[in-house]
Amino acid sequence: MGVNLSSMRRLRKRLPLSRQVPRLPPSRVSSMASASAPKCNSHTSENEPVKSTSQDGVNCDLNETVPRLPGETLITDKEVIYICPFNGPIKGRVYITNYRLYLRSLETDSTLIFDVPLGVISRIEKMGGATSRGENSYGLDITCKDMRNLRFALKQEGHSRRDMFEILTRYAFPLAHSLPLFAFLNEEKFNVDGWMVYNPVEEYRRQGLPNHQWRITFINKCYELCETYPALLVVPYRASDDDLRRVAAFRSRNRIPVLSWIHPENKMVIVRCSQPLVGMSGKRNKDDEKYLDVIRETNRQLSKLTIYDARPSVNAVANKATGGGYESDDAYHNAELFFLDIHNIHVMRESLKKVKDIVYPNVEESHWLSSLESTHWLEHIKLVLTGAIQVADKVSSGKSSVLVHCSDGWDRTAQLTSLAMLMLDSFYRSIEGFEILVQKEWISFGHKFASRIGHGDKNHADADRSPIFLQFVDCVWQMSKQFPTAFEFNERFLITILDHLYSCRFGTFLLNCESAREKQKVTERTVSLWSLINSNKEKFKNPFYTKEINRVLYPVASMRHLELWVNYYIRWNPRIKQQQPNAVEQRYMELLALRDDYIKRLEELQLANSSKVSSASTSPSSPSQMMPHVQTHF
Amino acid sequence: MLGKGVVGGGGGTKTPKPSFVSYVRPEEIHTNEKEVTEKEVTLHLLPGEQLLCEASAVLKYVQEESCQRGVCGRLVCTDFKIAFLGDDEPALDNAETQFKNKIIGENDITLHCVDQIFGVFDEKKKSLFGQLKKYPEKLIIHCKDLRVFHFCLRYTKEEEVKRIVSGIIHHTQAPKLLKRLFLFSYAAAAQSIIATSPKDHTVMFDTLKDWCWELERTKGNVKYKAVSVNEGYRICERLPAYFVVPTPLPEEDVRRFQGHGIPIWCWSCHNGSALLKMSALPKEQDDVILQIHKSFLDGIYKIIHRPPYEIVKTEDLSSNFLSLQEIQTAYSKFKQLFLIDNSTEFWDTDIKWFSLLESSSWLDIIRRCLKKAIEITECLEAQNVNVLLLEENASDLCCLISSLVQVMMDAHCRTKTGFQSLIQKEWVMGGHCFLDRCNHLRQSDKEEVPVFLLFLDCVWQLVHQFPPAFEFTETYLTVLSDSLYIPIFSTFFFNSPHQKDTNMHRRQLSLPLTQPKSSPKRGFFREETDHLIKNLLGKRISKLINSSDELQDNFREFYDNWHSKPTDYHGLLLPHIEGPEIKVWAQRYLRWIPEAQILGGGRVATMSKLIEMMEEVQSLQEKIDERHHSQQRLQAEAPCLLRNSARLSSLFPFALLQRHSSKPILPTSGWKALGDEEDLAKREDEFVDLGDV
Repeated sequence: MGVNLSSMRRLRKRLPLSRQVPRLPPSRVSSMASASAPKCNSHTSENEPVKSTSQDGVNCDLNETVPRLPGETLITDKEVIYICPFNGPIKGRVYITNYRLYLRSLETDSTLIFDVPLGVISRIEKMGGATSRGENSYGLDITCKDMRNLRFALKQEGHSRRDMFEILTRYAFPLAHSLPLFAFLNEEKFNVDGWMVYNPVEEYRRQGLPNHQWRITFINKCYELCETYPALLVVPYRASDDDLRRVAAFRSRNRIPVLSWIHPENKMVIVRCSQPLVGMSGKRNKDDEKYLDVIRETNRQLSKLTIYDARPSVNAVANKATGGGYESDDAYHNAELFFLDIHNIHVMRESLKKVKDIVYPNVEESHWLSSLESTHWLEHIKLVLTGAIQVADKVSSGKSSVLVHCSDGWDRTAQLTSLAMLMLDSFYRSIEGFEILVQKEWISFGHKFASRIGHGDKNHADADRSPIFLQFVDCVWQMSKQFPTAFEFNERFLITILDHLYSCRFGTFLLNCESAREKQKVTERTVSLWSLINSNKEKFKNPFYTKEINRVLYPVASMRHLELWVNYYIRWNPRIKQQQPNAVEQRYMELLALRDDYIKRLEELQLANSSKVSSASTSPSSPSQMMPHVQTHF
Repeated sequence: MLGKGVVGGGGGTKTPKPSFVSYVRPEEIHTNEKEVTEKEVTLHLLPGEQLLCEASAVLKYVQEESCQRGVCGRLVCTDFKIAFLGDDEPALDNAETQFKNKIIGENDITLHCVDQIFGVFDEKKKSLFGQLKKYPEKLIIHCKDLRVFHFCLRYTKEEEVKRIVSGIIHHTQAPKLLKRLFLFSYAAAAQSIIATSPKDHTVMFDTLKDWCWELERTKGNVKYKAVSVNEGYRICERLPAYFVVPTPLPEEDVRRFQGHGIPIWCWSCHNGSALLKMSALPKEQDDVILQIHKSFLDGIYKIIHRPPYEIVKTEDLSSNFLSLQEIQTAYSKFKQLFLIDNSTEFWDTDIKWFSLLESSSWLDIIRRCLKKAIEITECLEAQNVNVLLLEENASDLCCLISSLVQVMMDAHCRTKTGFQSLIQKEWVMGGHCFLDRCNHLRQSDKEEVPVFLLFLDCVWQLVHQFPPAFEFTETYLTVLSDSLYIPIFSTFFFNSPHQKDTNMHRRQLSLPLTQPKSSPKRGFFREETDHLIKNLLGKRISKLINSSDELQDNFREFYDNWHSKPTDYHGLLLPHIEGPEIKVWAQRYLRWIPEAQILGGGRVATMSKLIEMMEEVQSLQEKIDERHHSQQRLQAEAPCLLRNSARLSSLFPFALLQRHSSKPILPTSGWKALGDEEDLAKREDEFVDLGDV
């Protein structure tokens, strides 16, 4: 994955005939060629010695054009010098469309190609001024949301920098220029409609809902109860719509407790909401108290309702000052509250920034481990996972139902409920199940993607931005690492989701909540990311996947097992190349193919036998000649 | 395994036996004393093994779901091992017995495997050695394979406590004579059993023929010759009877300083350049002798500096590289991270895990070794020069670096027999002082340095990064590392081939993994497990290294260039050495820690899928073959050895199914201060205007 096709091709050409090149299986080459995830992953090619063969420069990608999606238009192209942090300046031509920045090297010995969706750009800065003297000191520095920077040096004369700066700013930050995001211009067609993946009624029906205790309500059909909640909600049967309205008044942003997941056997539930509006004076609300009790009683359990407040307790207390707070013992007799000590969006943002500092452009050499520790990133991952394990365990053990909230119930709460559901319900570990999980717990329940990512927005320092969703995907990756056979999807699936979290090519992650999406007619006017993925599922499948229904997965939330996700965070560094666990995977795939082949042969043989054709004469050759025998070490 | 009877959830209907008591209420043990004495679990003794002392009514603590429980039984000490015999040994189910270690049971500790012994006196933990005045109420044993045992002696008769404690301390810690190694009594007693000569393909390098074969294999025979000048150890006891030197080197030179100061051949590269080693001449003050040394060395260099020999680059490992002291210090710190007494300790250290790891420097030392090996590889492969490794005795870092270089450059060394032959050539015949470095005789702690383990850890990094390039898996390496402390195999119990030859009169058992079926000591595990040990991914490795097309003149370029190309698993192999790529050998180091167990997960999950698939393909293949020769009936399905793959844990096959319940393990320690981010942490996620509420 770290090498693009053209560099591979060139590589193979360049090797003298005497050297026997390990032949790549065609599957691998083609999968690289078809890697449509917009990635700049071609640094590898720059490692080639500079004095390498020039004779094949003639073939150097001359007839390749800039890739273009339907609806994508070329705006400009410029000759620039790309200042590669790993291998120094490289002359190239940059093409800017309304969707991407595409760079192709003009140097004969480098096939560097770069394909960056403009949505990934978080900040564009000019470097150097009119008086800059040093070589390549005048140009642009582009900070990306996906852990890298791009630097281009431009000629001082002819306003080329000003042009490029303005065009990039315009198309990378369309919101400030009253332009639409590219997703609204994208005319791609797929044979699957990703918008059809999630249907809340169907998903609740899968969970066995509605039932005697829980009902589906349309009280929020026009988002009048809660603007940031989905139209369709599952609430206790015994709570009337009026009850819900009164509870809404006591929950931050009206995000009332509603069902996320119900255990198919013990009927314990995971319920999510925002913090109660307790305030300094310690306000109480009988309706809210009663409502929580109703939730507790849905499974006729006498145990208390467990409330997990995702925040550190100090923060929960501090929230009282702004009108928020938590459920106190004296008001909620039948509930037990635990704090999960997960920090807020600002802490997470700074933590990720530190991760970037130690991995880009160069990986911290001498004190890698302590530097990693000082970012606290894995520590945060550990806490999120620990919280989710606790939620899952409470529900799975049948001890009690669980209510989860943080402040507003759209960041940490979404992380906890979705991870707990992933641990509890094997359905969410399939490709479509995971899409439904994201669609449900994140998108429909109003994780503020637009604010957290800042799609098309130039305010790079906005305090609302935070890598909460990335952190969730990282947790999923950690789980998939610990349970390599439990997930239908592979690492590429997760990376593709993250790439399109920023790309603005699909409507999936745009805007902050369902009501806003409805207003903008997102499902009608844009394509869903799941269309891309589901129309090409094979690429995203984990061959080791073993479907196991009703198996609860508890990852080990210990630093001994948590790892930095190198293939995501350090993927731009050619020295830290994708390791090759893929080799194991590849070997497995070969065996799979062999098995299928044998099964086919066996069927053919059976057919031949049953039709009583004399086997000796028709058999074209001996079996050992016909098929490659497996090399085993038995 | 012992947990089985205790945890109701996992064991099903089985109720806890009265002999299993929680150690918080250990008084109960007295009520059961009768029952205890009635049940005698037999102690399994190896041929030649003798029971030395024993104590009954000992409680062994078992970690279970963050609480400890006691299992009652006998603690015995033989001249081979310390063993705990639980009164209620739960019957092992099939999957468990299948992968059971055949020599060392779950509660067996070979005497050589004992690292440190602690006694607990009034809640205080003290290291135990020598003569004791007072006997502890609790015994904690830290093992070299990183197991930790806790034995409670509070209910044991006083004289039995005295006998067992002093017995254990004496037999594990008092200096021992070589003659008293269990190895010899075992060999004498087991003669009849091991009489069959092993059909072993490992090259032992104890004959001239073996060396000639190796020279031929690497095409080193053009410029180097095998010599028998040291036959019968006439010249020195440090060198093997046979070894290889540059062809023109006169035998007289070998004799001159008892083998010091002469270049000894390790390996030849496909391009003709060679890896050589030399032990330094004795240190001298006297000017005259120094002058003699100098002219001797000049003479030597003249021989190997001339064509047909390549230019020689010397690499002084005793002055410009790691010191043995550093290695020892780092490992002592490192191993402490895994010798964990209880759950609290595990989670307390978890939060500082990375900085603790870093402060041990063990991973950094691995990195430096790998880097040095890459540098030397670059010289041989790219610069086409000879590399001469220098070290005082040429038997520590020389062994490490030269064998690492060979693993990286010579695909043959990545097969199982190739790797074993390499260990035989570079370590056993290379005169690595296993006896001293492992401190098997407890004669001097100062000499104890885990050089060989460091080598295995370096190889593990390569296996981890490039699994398809090796015929063996990490499990093989882990088992190999354990065999260092099992005095049945003679391989790692001598300081030199001379010492071995003078003490062993017959060929002893060698490495455990390639013995023929008839031998009872063939493997640690049953045959089936060998599937796991053999790497299923390694395709046949036979090709030698291809010639590289470009010569670079520095390390970085060489390294980057190699890594920018697709990996040829049969060719040169260079490890990634960046910080994130050097990892902890989790299988070896974390295998006994229940908190670190991933139930139904870990690498074994994919491995067992692979095995299942291989078996399926194989049986299909057989079916097709049979159809073609249709006289045969269909055979029974190949046995599926890992049928319950989902139930295996990441600790497989070492600590089997320690945790039967599916309860998650939750961290118990709190949050570490954020330091400079404190102000951020206090902020609201976003400004919430709740004024109108």
